[in-house]
Parts: sequence; structure tokens; C-alpha cells
Amino acid sequence: MATTTTEIEADIHAHDDHNHGPEPGLMRWVKTTNHKDIGYLYMWFAFSMLLIGGAMAMVIRLELLMPGLQYVEPQFFNQMTTMHGLIMVFGAIMPAFVGLANIMIPPMIGGPDMALPRMNNWSFWILPFAGAMLLSTMFMEGGGPAFGWTFYAPLSTTFAPDSTDFFIFAIHMLGFSSIMGAINIIATVMNLRASGMKLMDMPLFVWTWFITAFLLIAAMPVLAGAVTMMLTDRNFGTSFFDAAGGGDPVMFQHIFWFFGHPEVYIMILPAFGIVSQIIPTFARKPLFGYSSMVYATASIAILSFVVWAHHMFLTGMPVAGQMYFMYATILISVPTGVKVFNWVTTMWRGSMSFEIPMMWAVAFVILFTIGGLSGLMLGIVPADIQYHDTYFVVAHFHYVLVTGALFSIIAGVFYWLPKWCGNMFNEKLATIHFWWAVISVNVLFFPMHFLGLAGMPRRIPDYSLQFADFNWIASIGGFAFGLSFILLAYIVVDCIRNGKPVKEARVWESAKGLEWTLPTPAPYHTFTEEPPRELILKESSHSAH
Amino acid sequence: MKEPIAKSFWIKLVCVPVLMFGFAFALVPLYDILCDITGFNGRTTNESYQEVRSSYEIDESRLVSVTFSAAVAAGFPVSFRPEVARMEVVPGKVYTMNYLAENRSNDVVIGQATPSIAPYQAATHFKKLECFCFTRQEFAAKQPVEMPVRFVVEPSLDKNVHNVTLSYNFFRIKPDA
Amino acid sequence: MLNNRFFSTLFKILTLSLLAVPGLAFAEYGLNLPEGVTPISRDIYGLHMTIFWVCVGIAVLVFGVMIYSMINHRKSKGAVASNFHESTTIELVWTIVPLLILIIIAVPATRVLIDLEDTSKADMTVKITGYQWKWQYEYIDAEGEGINFFSNLAQKSRDGIKNAAIRSSDENYLQDVDKRLVLPVDTRVRFLMTSNDVIHSWWIRDFGVKQDANPGFINDAWAYIEKEGVYRGKCTELCGKDHGFMPIVVEVVSKAAYAKWVADEKAAAAAAAASGDREWSMDELMTQGAKVYSTNCAACHGVTGAGVPGAFPAMTGSPIVVDADKIPAHIDIIINGKSGTAMQAFGKQLSDSDIAAVVTYERNAFGNNTGEIVQPAEIKSAR
Repeated sequence: MATTTTEIEADIHAHDDHNHGPEPGLMRWVKTTNHKDIGYLYMWFAFSMLLIGGAMAMVIRLELLMPGLQYVEPQFFNQMTTMHGLIMVFGAIMPAFVGLANIMIPPMIGGPDMALPRMNNWSFWILPFAGAMLLSTMFMEGGGPAFGWTFYAPLSTTFAPDSTDFFIFAIHMLGFSSIMGAINIIATVMNLRASGMKLMDMPLFVWTWFITAFLLIAAMPVLAGAVTMMLTDRNFGTSFFDAAGGGDPVMFQHIFWFFGHPEVYIMILPAFGIVSQIIPTFARKPLFGYSSMVYATASIAILSFVVWAHHMFLTGMPVAGQMYFMYATILISVPTGVKVFNWVTTMWRGSMSFEIPMMWAVAFVILFTIGGLSGLMLGIVPADIQYHDTYFVVAHFHYVLVTGALFSIIAGVFYWLPKWCGNMFNEKLATIHFWWAVISVNVLFFPMHFLGLAGMPRRIPDYSLQFADFNWIASIGGFAFGLSFILLAYIVVDCIRNGKPVKEARVWESAKGLEWTLPTPAPYHTFTEEPPRELILKESSHSAH
Repeated sequence: MKEPIAKSFWIKLVCVPVLMFGFAFALVPLYDILCDITGFNGRTTNESYQEVRSSYEIDESRLVSVTFSAAVAAGFPVSFRPEVARMEVVPGKVYTMNYLAENRSNDVVIGQATPSIAPYQAATHFKKLECFCFTRQEFAAKQPVEMPVRFVVEPSLDKNVHNVTLSYNFFRIKPDA
Repeated sequence: MLNNRFFSTLFKILTLSLLAVPGLAFAEYGLNLPEGVTPISRDIYGLHMTIFWVCVGIAVLVFGVMIYSMINHRKSKGAVASNFHESTTIELVWTIVPLLILIIIAVPATRVLIDLEDTSKADMTVKITGYQWKWQYEYIDAEGEGINFFSNLAQKSRDGIKNAAIRSSDENYLQDVDKRLVLPVDTRVRFLMTSNDVIHSWWIRDFGVKQDANPGFINDAWAYIEKEGVYRGKCTELCGKDHGFMPIVVEVVSKAAYAKWVADEKAAAAAAAASGDREWSMDELMTQGAKVYSTNCAACHGVTGAGVPGAFPAMTGSPIVVDADKIPAHIDIIINGKSGTAMQAFGKQLSDSDIAAVVTYERNAFGNNTGEIVQPAEIKSAR
């Protein structure tokens, strides 16, 4: 994988005609401190992880195609669901967003590069090793982690295979990488922003990432703490989570979700940012309610730290606790709703055209809203009794993470790809790909709502006969959705290698933002001279002019 | 383009993750405190209620049904059960009941019982004056023992709570631990 | 096969499209929650439908505006973009209106939540203990006091996992057990939940009861079942390898039938205790042992005794199973389990004769032909 990515990457930069271009050869990628190089590395890493995690999802859907155990054993199936979740969360979605931040934040704020280029290199290069270590557990005796991506104790402590210690170390490394990436983003936004750009002039993608970075440095260490406690429980005789020594397995869930709920927003806030960049461009209208978008993002971030126990309504919780967490949870739908209303109002009385990035952004708004509404249903404690740990939950979080986070990443890639490589992608193929993916993803996930209500629990390798039809439909949708990524890979590689060159700096005629004032393809070094305030105001996507 | 990043800014930025890592561990005692206050997860304090509170007003107007439950973890060769399954108690009065245990193996084994109360509303109102769960228990080989629990249900227990369950889980403790 | 599948799928899709019509075709095809048979499950159902329609309303409104705008405000239709991008009034409205909607939802939700926490007097108590991968039911008071049994996946379902012919003839595939939890109708039943190993979760949709079973701690839930019948559920918390294979079946019967069931259970328990007092032949032990092994041991140690390397030890050639001087250790590990592993204590789950049978079976099957016989009396003295 590494070699092919490198070739493709090298190819992108063959177009560079800058004086101090990149160092030739492979070592460029190992030693690079250039924000775009590192960003591209993140993106390719995320895409390869997406394919690996996706292949695991295919195994899951294949086994669930029909009742009975046909292809894999239950223990392996559990490894698949666990690794699929871990890889998609920590290997695909998070690195892809960090990659987009790396590539786009400096040009969006008129800066030259990231503030901490050497740390940037380090935080990327930890990832492949952490990912490899995580994947290697599957080949160890006893198999890899099979306790779900939430790794609840004691299944993940007393009852787990020996490979769990490697899993813990991999999580530590992934967390370390994320924290460094987040520190870098905060430092960049605070220090390398053009002096003419005030905080409230920043594009929303920068804002949402800035807030996400704070969530990351606050939440990831808690996860590190949780896995450290697991490690000492497993190996050094402590009993944080073991009732036998005075510990409590439910406490693991509290600590995990204290990280886990902010994590959910770490994976969706940057998505809000991307969509808030794309919709005004193709509606040819300034973003509606810029400042309320910023405040809504900040309030979602703050609320995300006080709702964690809504994942654990059924662990045995006092009614006062259930009420508090229910109210706090459904309260989050207010700022989230504000965002959706703002997007819709941005479209209202605009002059819309539906280029590929806009199509993905519209799909995001509709499908993410469906996921948000099922989230509202899940927040209601008595109803959650019936939904909890069923396919209804699976449907819910795939709507917000696949058609939410992942769709926004695809939208962002199509939006910025011509700027990165200087070529336009094949729009005909991209249109086919869009409809293929959007239809199949709904065939895949929509029936899961019914499966959940009909009583099918999550994380089971086999099911009773009344679930057969919907599982069959979901699996067919799953295979089709999985295949769509092959086409996506082809479209992207084809664009980089053979795409029609784009001459205009402003790839999309009505796009606003400093990144569109740079030549196409983007030069190896971003702003070497600070853009003046007039330009910043003129390019602000949210001010009238 | 701007001034170099101030050192204090770095220190602050790095402090956040370090503090949050510590916070994860601080959650452990915080969680215990929360459990003690709310009876969350049916946890009771493992400490004896030293003085018999003679100041309790005995509430003869109602009876609370207390169910006793017992469980033994895997690898602990001791049979363990309550002498009676259920008792009707008057809030404010002190009662004693026995759990019966017998080590079936030919070795001395050490165990620790962890108590748990359901529903959680009762956890903070169920006081144990004397309990085998306060300390580790050593069981001689093939030796039946009676283990008493002295307890009182506080009259302050919510009037709507009619059933309280006291459950013990016995775990084996390795001698060196 | 494919044709059938195709038509039934088509049928489902048609049914789905009918969903737009309120209340149509909901329950029959398993598209929605059932109302259930307890006051709580009915309340939950009502709440579920309320929030569902609120969500549908919000979706129709938001998507309606959006789609209208997408059709009419496009560049290709000559739409000219306006330039408005702020309005405090409208932003206030769409902060306050959703808040009001939330309050409208929160009021009935809070009411149901408080009903759920009802702690009034229970008529009977059943303690439910989750094991990897079965449930133990103990009737700890009232007329059934002392009844205590384990409920495993039914053998027919187990056989059907890898056999399509058996599976297709088993209408309750993966949702049948070898012994059902029997409860009387119109009775306030309190459930106490705990676990012997990892976290499990006990769920019967028709009762509106789902509660985690945490090792070392006890949780409670209750149900007042108003209708006789057979109700099925599943474990809903991932609990290891066979998480998908530990169903729950509750049979709710009339009070008279329940009294008879209790009497039968007590008589059967006495008979089982007596069966341990006689000598068993090798053939008897092997036949019974194979049955016990398949239900209780095969999930981990494998049907062929090969185990799972790194996770579950093999039976074939294992010293504890083949060495003659290790018979007491073999019996001990079955009765008491092994701490810190998935090997649970079977002492309470199996009778003397069952343990004797399975020990004999393990020592003579899988190529371990030791020829050793263990009698129920030896188990009795080892307890």
C-alpha cells in the first residue's frame, strides 16, 4: 500500500513548479514536515484503513446474509465487529479529519504551514505502527479483541485473550497521535492565523476543528486512563473494574463514555464545518447565521461532556440520574437543530447548482438529520429500554457516522481535490458513484431500524428466522455500498493521474475563502506572505459584500 | 509571521492532556463518593455502622420485606446461602440473620464477599452493624460456618419502597494478595 | 429459494411503502415494537409512537422546505441568490420552538420513567443470573421458593446452527431454550439480575424489561404480566463468543397451572437427587455424558474436544482429563470452576449423575480412551 500511495503522491507533486519543492524519492514522505504532504499521508492512511475496516464489514454482512453460521465462527465474528468499529473510528474517520485539517487549515487562515511541523510528522508516523499493531492482534494466539469497540470490562479484562495488551498499547499510541495532532491545530489557529483574521472571521471548518481539537485534548487522555487501568487490572493485580477486589465493572463504562461521548462529537463537528463550507459555495449565498453556527458548535462541545451516561441507562441507575441524562441529551438536539436549520436557510432563495460536492453535502444534511432524529428517540429513557443494544442503535450511529461523518469527508475530498492536484475529476463517474452510494447506503442501514424494533440485538453472528428478510436486504445494500468505494478509489486516482487540468484558482466559481486565492494546483508552500485584511474580508464566506 | 509561540502557552496546552489523564484516575474515588451518596449501582459502604443508633424512631406502621441473596464466583469451592430467603422487618429495629457457608475442598480458602443492595433507593438506608463482608474470611477445610449479619433498615427509607434485596457475591482471594 | 426470497422481499418493500399511512400494517410484519403485555410495555409503546410521529413531523417540515428550495431555487431555473445571512428573530424562533417540542416530549417520558421505578410490594421474586452463555433462574420466595434451574439454548436450535435442513424446520430457531422460565399471570414479579462472569442483559420486549446483569452487583426490575402466553427475548449485552446463542423464553400461565408446575418441579428435583444414589453403567454414563457435554461444554471446548487454541483448552490428551491421579482435580474443576477464566462452576448447574456422566464421557471420548468410570456417588462425596 505504502508504495502505491507514494507513487500517486509523487505524481501529484510532479506538477509542482515551485522553487523549493519537495525532496525527491521515498524519503520525502518519511521526513516531510510539509502540512500538505502530511495531510495527504493522513488521507491515504485513512482510506486504506477504510478499505480494511470495510472488508471486515463485508465479512459481517456476509455472515448475516442468511440465518445460520455459514462462513465464520462466532469468536471471529466478534473480532470482526470489534475491529471494524475500532478501525473505522480510530483509523479511518479521525485520521481523515486530521488530514483535511492539515491540508486545509493553513490555506484557510492565510498561514504558511502548521505551527509544529516536526511534531506533525511524528503524529502521523505513529499511526501506521499503531494500526499495524492493532491488526496484528488478529494473528496472535487466542485471536484479537472480540469484546466490541467499547471493550466493556470484565469481558475485556479477566475474560480477554492475551493479545489485549497489544490492543491497549495500540490505543495508547493512537491517542497520543490524536493529542499531538490536536495540539498542533490549536497552536496553528492561535499563532499562524493571518493577523488580519479575527477569530470571528475564521471559516467554519477552522472553527469546528478548533473546537474539536479542545475536545480531543480533553477526551483522549481519559481513554488513555481507562486503558491504563485495564492494563494494570490485567497484569499488575489492581482491581479497578473487578468486583472481587472492590472494583466495579460499571465504573469502566462511566470512564469509557466520559471519553466516548465527546469522541462522537470529535467525529461529527469537523463534518459540520465541511458542509458549512460547501453549501454556501453552491447556493451562491453567504452562510446563514455564521455566529450562531459557532455558538452552536461550542455548546454541543460543552454539552458533550455532561451526557455520557445516556449510553448506560440500563446498567442500574437512579431515576434522578436517568432524568438528568435524558434532559441533557435531548437538549443537544437544540444546537444541532440550529445547524440544520441554518443550512436549509442558506439554501433558501439561493441560486443553487448541484455539483458533486453539493450533492454529497445535501445527502449529508438529509441523512444526518435522520440519524439525529433517531438519536432523539434513543435519548428518551423508557423508549431506550426497548432500543438499547439492538439494531436500532446500529442504524442510528451508522446514519450519523457513515452518512454523516464519512459523507462529509467524501464531500470535502471532491470539493478540494481539484485544488490539491490541479485536475478535475470525472464528473460523470462521480455522479454515478454518488447515486450508487447513496441508494445502497440506505438499503444497507434503513432496514436496521426495523430489525432493531423487531427485537434483533447487536453484535450477534446469527439470528432467528423472523429477521431473515431485512438482514438479506441490508447485506445486499452493504455489498453494493462496499463496492462503491472501489469506484471512489478509481475516480480519485484517475483524477490525480489523468484528470482534465484546472487553470482557475477558484475551482468552483462562487467559492469563497483564502484557499481559493492560491494558484491551482496548490503550491508546495502555502501563504509565504500574509494575506491582507481586505482580502480576508472579501473572501469571508459569511459576510455580505 | 506572528511572534513565536509563548512558552506559557505551550505549558498550558500540554497540561490539559496530562491533567485529563489524571482526571480519569480521579474519577475512581469520585465514582465511589457518588455511589455512597446516591446508592448508585446498589453499592453500600463496606464499613460498619459503629454505633447502634438508639435515636432511631422505630416505625411500627410498616413492614419492609428484605430478601437475601447469595452468589459464589467461579473457582471458589464454598457453598454459601442465606438461612432464610426473606424477612419482614420493622424500620429502625436491629435484626440479625445468618448466612451459612461450607468449604467443600480439602484446603483452607480465603474469600471476600461484596455486598450489593437493590433497589438503589434503599442502599443508603440499609445499614450493616456487623457483617462478614467487612473483612476477608478464612474457611477451614470441610468446615461449615455461620456468618451473621446485623442490620437495620433506617426509618428514613422512602415509604414506597417495600422490597429490599441484600445480595452477597463471594470471591476467592489469593493468599498473597 | 431465491425466488421465494425475492417475492418476500418485494412484499416487505411494498409494506414499507405503506408505512406512510398511519397505523397500517405495523405489527404484523415485525416493523415496529409490539405493545406488549405489561402496563409498562404499553406505556413505552405509546411514548415510542409519540416521539416517532414528532420526529416524522420535524423531518417532513425540514425536508419539505429543503426540497422545495432545491427545486425552485436553482441556478438552472434562473434563480438569483438573495444575500440575507442573519436574522435574530428567526434564529430565536428555531431555538425556542424545538425547546418547546422537547418539553412536550419530556413530560410523558418523565411520567413513564417514574412509573418504571415503582417499588411497591412484589408477589414473588426471581433471581436471574447470567452465565456465559445461559441463564440461571432461582425462585427465591413465594410458592416456588427453592426452584432453581439453568436455561440453555434448545438442542434443536444448536443443531440447526450449521444445518440448514434442521434450521428451516425449526420455527423457533435460536429463540428456544431447554427449560423455560414459568411465571403466573396477573402477578407482580420482581426480577433480580446479576451475573456470574461478564455483563449480560436480560430482555423481554413484550414486558418492557431490559436490565443489565453486572457481575458482583444486583439490579432489579419488575413486571406485571396481564396475558398468558410464551414470550421470547435475547441477551443484549455482548458477553463473548456465544452472545448470540443465549435466548430467553418465558411462559406465562394461569395461577392454577403455575401451582401445578411448582409441584411438578419439586417432585422432579427430588427424583433427580435420588438418581445419584444408584450405580450407573458405562453405556448409561456415556450416553448421558454426551448430552451434558453438548449442552454445557461444547460451546467452548468444541464438539470434537479440540477447544480453541489460546482461548479454550482442548479435551483431547489434556492431562487433567487423561491422568488417572487427576480424577479428583477433574471433578473439582467442573464443580467449582476456575477463577479468572471462563470455566464456570457447574456444581449448582448439574446433578451428581450429570457430572459423573460428563467426567466419564470426557475421559473416554475424543480419543481419550482411559476406560475410567466415575460414579455419581463419587461426585456426591466430592461436593
